[in-house]
Amino acid sequence: MGLSEQQIERYSRHIILEEVGGQGQEKLLESKVLIVGAGGLGAPAALYLGAAGIGTIGLIDADKVDLTNLQRQVIHHTADVGVEKVKSAENKINAINPDVTVKTYHQWAKADNIREIVREYDFVIDGTDNFAAKFLVNDACWFEKKAYSHAGILRFDGQLITVVPGQSTCYRCIFGSPPPVGSVPSCSQAGVLGVLAGVIGSLQATEAIKYLLGIGDLLTNTLLTYNALKMQFRRVNIKRNPDCKLCGSEPEITELIDEEQPVCDLEKD
Amino acid sequence: MKIVVNGEEFESKDGLTISELLVEQEVKMPDMVSVELNGEILKRSVFETASLNEGDKVEFLYFMGGGQWD
Repeated sequence: MGLSEQQIERYSRHIILEEVGGQGQEKLLESKVLIVGAGGLGAPAALYLGAAGIGTIGLIDADKVDLTNLQRQVIHHTADVGVEKVKSAENKINAINPDVTVKTYHQWAKADNIREIVREYDFVIDGTDNFAAKFLVNDACWFEKKAYSHAGILRFDGQLITVVPGQSTCYRCIFGSPPPVGSVPSCSQAGVLGVLAGVIGSLQATEAIKYLLGIGDLLTNTLLTYNALKMQFRRVNIKRNPDCKLCGSEPEITELIDEEQPVCDLEKD
Repeated sequence: MKIVVNGEEFESKDGLTISELLVEQEVKMPDMVSVELNGEILKRSVFETASLNEGDKVEFLYFMGGGQWD
């Protein structure tokens, strides 16, 4: 396709990088990344991937912007309260970079719709807020053989891992199935330092770009944990689990299912 | 004996089980923790019986939601 003069200028700080170059930038412009959840994690991921010139960004979210979102979901502004999150996010990405095509899905990701959406993309970012959705994204990416970045944040902690289906540890290898109802506090109950979303969501965007360009070492088989109070990152190596219900030697999960969502995580406060 | 929990070294009694360690480490909600011992994820069903040895490396891995919350 070749880069226009404007694009060469816009992406000059990428192009000058040996690991990216003009070819890498063209590759990014031809790439498609799906972001599930246009919230705390999805916000910085969408902003940076948009700025980076990812050709197509998909956004799935059925929610509307709420005043309590603005403390961390930096893609949404005060004037967006009440607006569909996917629409608000689309407007900001378009304003940053007209090179990007934004596809919006104003719906919740469910077992009956997510696979056909995931199929269209090269990489997936899990920016969801609940365990049922996190398992759903993991499983959909497994069945569609798409690499993705899982992440979670709570209080002053965050963590992420990159999953390349069939090659590396998946979310179910580590956690099996959602925790029992009421055993884990949701973020609205436990709180979260807003900037955590920026730190972890930006790392997810970094993994997406590395995967698309085929550069560096992905965060596969490694959970990266971050504690903001100690200002400490730790890498925890985690092997694939042979007993994994999804990707183990005798899988129990052979088709996509909606896990039951613990009630506490659905409550608005 | 010395064991390493989430990267920090601890002195503990010999033969400590995973369940006992969860209590000792004051993990208030064990349901929200996956346990990795020397690089392998443990089945929840062996927490009561799996005992630790000198130098074992244990990781408590926590369920973390978040990202979007409405």
